[in-house]
Amino acid sequence: MSTDTTMIEATNLDKYYGKFQALKNINLSVDQGERVVICGPSGSGKSTLIRCINGLENHNAGKLVVDGIEVFEGSKDIRRLRQEVGMVFQQFNLFPHLSVLENLTIGPIRVRKKSKTEAEANARKYLERVHIPEQADKFPSQLSGGQQQRVAIARSLCMETRIMLFDEPTSALDPEMINEVLEVMVDLAESGGMTMVCVTHEMGFARRVADTMVFMDEGEIIESSPPEHFFTNPETERCQAFLKQILVH
Amino acid sequence: MASLSGSYVKPKAPALTRFFASTPVCIVIYVVVVGFIISSAHNGSKAMGYNWQWYRVPKYFYTFTDDGFQWGEIAIGLVKTAELSLLAFLLALILGLVIALLRLSDLIVGRAISVVFLEIVRNTPLLVLLYLFYYVLGPIFDLDRYVASILCLGVYHGAMISEILRAGINAVPTGQWDGAKSIGMSTAQMYRYIVLPQSIRFMLPPLTGEAVNMIKSSAIVSVIAVAELTTIGRNIISDTYMSFEIWFTIAVVYLIVTLILSIGISYVERHFAVTE
Repeated sequence: MSTDTTMIEATNLDKYYGKFQALKNINLSVDQGERVVICGPSGSGKSTLIRCINGLENHNAGKLVVDGIEVFEGSKDIRRLRQEVGMVFQQFNLFPHLSVLENLTIGPIRVRKKSKTEAEANARKYLERVHIPEQADKFPSQLSGGQQQRVAIARSLCMETRIMLFDEPTSALDPEMINEVLEVMVDLAESGGMTMVCVTHEMGFARRVADTMVFMDEGEIIESSPPEHFFTNPETERCQAFLKQILVH
Repeated sequence: MASLSGSYVKPKAPALTRFFASTPVCIVIYVVVVGFIISSAHNGSKAMGYNWQWYRVPKYFYTFTDDGFQWGEIAIGLVKTAELSLLAFLLALILGLVIALLRLSDLIVGRAISVVFLEIVRNTPLLVLLYLFYYVLGPIFDLDRYVASILCLGVYHGAMISEILRAGINAVPTGQWDGAKSIGMSTAQMYRYIVLPQSIRFMLPPLTGEAVNMIKSSAIVSVIAVAELTTIGRNIISDTYMSFEIWFTIAVVYLIVTLILSIGISYVERHFAVTE
């Protein structure tokens, strides 16, 4: 139930694309500092759910409260909310016409109204943290996929948000680049304090960092449990079948 | 395994294609075609008994008398055409941006206004639109012929430009909007810092075309006697009866102006491509 430390509270959430129901009666509660990993087959509504959390998609029914702000279509507070919720996308979505440093500072300067010197110092600090301080003056197209995704993570970090959403951050990467991104994410998770919701199929990562595992299928949350329980003793058949599919190689 | 080097023979195009694509043959064909056009025009005018008087043309560009150097009528008309086109193009850009943003907005009324405006303007002949502005709106709002022509050209090309801008904005991937939204930008900030800077390279080539069209269609205001290049041409001909010389000259002047514009913009385009 909702407490003082609840960061994300979804109650009976429904979402339709035309007649297709993408989310069915979603109930999800995420505490401050909690790390939630959402998995499930493609088309199960994982991305839709995570995009609803910062208002990139609008739910059609139910109630969604994030960091004390209610999210709904046309809300005046949506920008205030997004400033507190960082997001990392599958396709990076870096701004190709801006250098790496400009990608990191445009939010703090234009949205947070910080000074250029302060924003740049901050940006360099976070580039250090994602292990690419030397790429500050390059353009995104000059970087590898793994480097671009790390810049995207740094861009969210620069906004110094309390919640971070990851929408399949490693799915568009070449296999040899997945680990460099996961390392950065593990580092973030283990440093604590930040609430993380991560859609991913990287089960090794999930096992290491998740406090809660959520399994979705056909727009519903089928199962939600701590990882030790989730991986060893899944309750539903659908979840067992899914885990068998992705864990046995 | 076959070695990659040495054994490779570049495939050849058929003999006939190679013959017509070779440089000397191309030059010969070009000279023959152009020569035929010029000689038939020359023979035709000779058969008509037309009296060419090219020596009388330069004084319409400039004169050099005891009073000193003076610009001729064609030069003055050209400046007027440039001024008219430039003002109308600025108006068209502003109007086009407003219409495009309305069209892309969430406001139903805004979208309706832009669609109605676009369909009316796009489906009315430019000449009829000009008559509307000069003979109908002119007396109502007390517009002189110069203002009426600028408004008419601005509105007509504004409709075309709004579609160019809209296409350019839509060409920016949706992920860019997501990225900009996720750092909390307002709609105005997203357009200004993220979307418009990226869409300029999609917009520049068709905007150049529209600027060239603007200069050419500015000739139509000669029907309400605004003193621009085409009107000047007509006036000179009614004084001198040198229709061949003057119309050729006017056409070449338009050609030179629009060519300079096209080449200039393609230089700017290359500059944008490099910084990408």
